[in-house]
Amino acid sequence: MINFSRRKLLVSGLAATAGASGLAAAARLARKYGLVPPDYGGIYGLGETLTYASQRLLTRHSLAREFPRSLISPRPFPNELAPLTEEFKRLQAGRFADWRLSVDGLVAEPASFSIADLKSYPSRSHITELACEEGWSYIAEWIGVPLSHVLNLVGVHPQAKYVVYASMEPDTWDSIDIADALHPQTFLCYGMNGSDLPVPHGGPLRIRLPRQVGYKNKKFITQLTVTDNLKRFGKGLGCVDAEYGYAWYAGI
Amino acid sequence: MAMLGSAQLPAETCTPGAVSTAPVTKLAPRHSALVRVTHWIITLCFFALLVTGIEIVISHPRFYWGETGTDLTTPLFQLPIPSSRALVPTGYGYVLPDQNGWSRALHFEAAWIAVLTGLLYVLSGLLTGHFRKNLLPSKADFSWRALLTSFTKHLRLERPSEAEASSYNVLQRLTYLFVIVMLFPLVIWSGLAMSLAFASAFPWSVALLGGRQSARTIHFFVSLALVLFLFVHVAMVWFAGFWNRTGAMITGRTATRKEHA
Repeated sequence: MINFSRRKLLVSGLAATAGASGLAAAARLARKYGLVPPDYGGIYGLGETLTYASQRLLTRHSLAREFPRSLISPRPFPNELAPLTEEFKRLQAGRFADWRLSVDGLVAEPASFSIADLKSYPSRSHITELACEEGWSYIAEWIGVPLSHVLNLVGVHPQAKYVVYASMEPDTWDSIDIADALHPQTFLCYGMNGSDLPVPHGGPLRIRLPRQVGYKNKKFITQLTVTDNLKRFGKGLGCVDAEYGYAWYAGI
Repeated sequence: MAMLGSAQLPAETCTPGAVSTAPVTKLAPRHSALVRVTHWIITLCFFALLVTGIEIVISHPRFYWGETGTDLTTPLFQLPIPSSRALVPTGYGYVLPDQNGWSRALHFEAAWIAVLTGLLYVLSGLLTGHFRKNLLPSKADFSWRALLTSFTKHLRLERPSEAEASSYNVLQRLTYLFVIVMLFPLVIWSGLAMSLAFASAFPWSVALLGGRQSARTIHFFVSLALVLFLFVHVAMVWFAGFWNRTGAMITGRTATRKEHA
């Protein structure tokens, strides 16, 4: 028989209290330093929070691996596309001359950009791997303007915490934290392997985040909204995918 | 648990050898509380990781070597199973439901709990001398002859002696050590190497494994090795007396024969 003495009870009580208050303090600190993902609730919240917090601390400035040109995959794999909307087909017929990217939210000057506008800014490229959560991956050269360049043009308010991006595909939007938004490899991507970004790969405009898996790299981007609170978007989980059980943070 | 333990004792324990003094069973200490708690937490996590890992593999049951690989490239091998994604050329005319969302979430959560629990086990194993006393084979044990004897005993499925119920034999020690210092670290490493963000901070973790797709293939085979270990482990527990050994891992005590003086 296990004999619970008063002393044992007291010690375990104290340990439990210390543990609980330690956890509470850790949670407060994590929230203060932006280490809690918007989809922290539910039974998988513990895992999501541990992954996001540890990777955010570990990778705030780290660069995704880049590869030599010789390793570019000869046939980049375009995965499934939802049927294109009538509006998309109309813009495609006009060679995307009328495509607009609007930027609003916590910015000094909301603005709207055409693909030609974006191409007029200093162009950057990186040869990185696009990896899908399913398991496959390929390497391509991605060409675009760093998202930070566009954010600097519109003037982001200091209290901004997230950038929400929406696609022309119905019911498709996502968000990243400011650390990822200002990361030098985060592109508004309009080119691939030396030419315009093909439609199956998200052309004319895709967000490219080489440190997160494929589904965060949304295609057909039309809108950016800078915000300090993701609760106002959809069900408040940070992206539409989280409403279907996929993690908001996908660095793994 | 005492009842369960004694019910499975070898038959000769109950032969009336000492006529007037019936043998009684005594519960001898076997596993420390920390070993038991971490054993069962990791068992639960292992099943969660296995089920969700299978779910994730189903979405792309093709494996590659090197850095990249897609439906458009030649795989190293492909599992002969249907897929949960339409574009994978499986040869099956149907697509399974997509379960990757919760599978990925549970996979990573179980991995976190397993790794943190495993760290606690390893730290305490080093501090308390559990590894040195219970897992490191002694010099005498480590001769070819001792190994061969232990090996043939296992092959003959000989029931272990009473002494072995309170300690590990040399093959057990080597197997547990191999799982703890080789398979678990390798499965964690190859898993982390598949994380794009982790790889950005530690690029060598992918390079040393031969690329992202190599890491995925290694992760698959090490997981298979762990499943094989699980089967052999449970089979051995079965031959040694399932309820006695399992009871020992739950209550911490094992039934041993103790005769009255």
